[in-house]
Amino acid sequence: MLSISRGASGEIFAENRERPSEVQTTAMPAIEIKGLTKDYRVGFWKTRIKRALNSLNLQVESGEVFGLLGPNGAGKTTTLKILFRLVFPTSGTARILGKELNDPTLHQRVGYLPEHPYFYDHLSPEELLYYTGRLFGLGKDDLRRRVDQLLERVGLTESRHVALWRFSKGMVQRAGIAQALINDPEVVFLDEPMSGLDPLGRREVRDLVLQLREEKKTVFFSTHILSDAETLCDRVAILNRGQLQGCGELRQILSLGASTTELILETPPSGILEELRPLVVSMVRTGDRVRLQIREEENIEKVLAVALRAKAKVISMNPVKMSLEDYFLSQVSSAEEKQAATAGAQGG
Amino acid sequence: MGRIVTIALGAFKESVRERVLYNLIVFAFLMIGAAILLGSISVGVEQIILVNLGLGAISVFGLLIAIFIGIGLVSKEIERRTIYNILSKPVTRAEFILGKYAGLLLTLFVNTAIMTAGFYVALAIQEKGLALHDFSLLIAVYFILLQLAMVVGVAIFFSCISTSILSAVFTFCLFVIGNFSGDIRWFGQESGSPALEKMTAVLYYLLPNFGDFNVIDQVAHGVRIPGLLITANTCYALLYIAVLLSGAVLIFEEREFR
Repeated sequence: MLSISRGASGEIFAENRERPSEVQTTAMPAIEIKGLTKDYRVGFWKTRIKRALNSLNLQVESGEVFGLLGPNGAGKTTTLKILFRLVFPTSGTARILGKELNDPTLHQRVGYLPEHPYFYDHLSPEELLYYTGRLFGLGKDDLRRRVDQLLERVGLTESRHVALWRFSKGMVQRAGIAQALINDPEVVFLDEPMSGLDPLGRREVRDLVLQLREEKKTVFFSTHILSDAETLCDRVAILNRGQLQGCGELRQILSLGASTTELILETPPSGILEELRPLVVSMVRTGDRVRLQIREEENIEKVLAVALRAKAKVISMNPVKMSLEDYFLSQVSSAEEKQAATAGAQGG
Repeated sequence: MGRIVTIALGAFKESVRERVLYNLIVFAFLMIGAAILLGSISVGVEQIILVNLGLGAISVFGLLIAIFIGIGLVSKEIERRTIYNILSKPVTRAEFILGKYAGLLLTLFVNTAIMTAGFYVALAIQEKGLALHDFSLLIAVYFILLQLAMVVGVAIFFSCISTSILSAVFTFCLFVIGNFSGDIRWFGQESGSPALEKMTAVLYYLLPNFGDFNVIDQVAHGVRIPGLLITANTCYALLYIAVLLSGAVLIFEEREFR
């Protein structure tokens, strides 16, 4: 059953109450965030307050691949840093696997890849994995087996003895993912795992996330690369300026947004373009052709009627499905407009 | 405990792989070489000059290593963001600080041991063999190690609240002042002002007292170091280090990594 609701600030929440079969539903969510707010003191005297995260509520079920999307500065990294107690929330609470964030046993069951990961670059990937594994208290034999497996999995077996400072960004990222998985975590947090990677590197990381999904791990990752989220995520949340703009299943979020129809006309008489303008969402001229985006269904017939009456040549007419990028942009821009309107009202 | 050992061994490995460390050791050996040379041209006081220069070199180079690496223990981890990775593992912040401290202490111990071995080789060359009383010089080396352990504590404390460069400046200043803390107290007592006397007394107890750890002159001249001083210095260093590390941990617990 699909349930669509609107949050207090107008954000869209699309939830399927019947979870998809591939997602294991348990009584306890993997991640539960309630009213998480983070204020930073900024300025020379630290007197100004900048809100990085505003009352964030999220719930991620066990076995889900969950994407936290947002432009730079949206609060994605702040959220992850709070979850790993690298910064402390101003208010609100969060639990992972039912445990409080300050529970010392929690980190045994989770893995984390920070944004732009930096490791001790004098270490080789093998040494990094041994070092990390020892921090988890893994036994000698178990650790050796795990290190071999992970190096193989991320494709670093050949370079296992090469110092990390000699590595390309993509190879460092792969080493980073391997260290995040050394303890065979139940929940894996990846902060911008595709950032700065070439297409091949992105593909490799994407495949790794898909493998984790097959292993029924919960994956929580932040990204601003929407195509990756579209490929990987069961659900996404969109953050902008610390505010949750929308959250829900990807398929349903995309079906929420009205799809458009694209009509291409060749050498239309210039007079009809003005007549068509109020009926279309956008009108782009490329050479002899004009591409029209039509949202409302009743307008399609009107546009076609005008075009045919003027003897314009119709090249094609195709329905265009809303992409995550369209949804993302519409959410972000509507939030910006709302903010501008509020500021204007206050100013006026 | 296992995690502290892992972090300590990691810090030790990192120090060993820093090339500057080898340079310092080479410099230390050059100093010892110079000591032999100076000793050979100083008729009658060869051994005194050699002991003074050799132990002085061990102390100075140890201090450079303690400050140079000590300040980076925490602040460089933050600046390079390597700390995100460590603290997201099942490692408490106290374990991180103690592990880093133990790692640098191990580095200093190994370096001091190598330099001391070099110093004894120089001594053996000059004296054409070693006598039993030469091993009393080890008390001075032990005091240098205690002093270095305190300097690392100071460095790690400042490293928790400041940047690498400022930590280096603060630590070096405190080391210099700490060598004169006895004089500061004496100045207060001599001033005749009760307020100044109280203030200098507070400073005397607050600042590390490194002056009592410098016995190079005494051992060079064959003066026996009393057992009481060894016990007092050991207890003082341990207490001071415990206070510094507790302070560092308390500050570090509250620190945010933006």
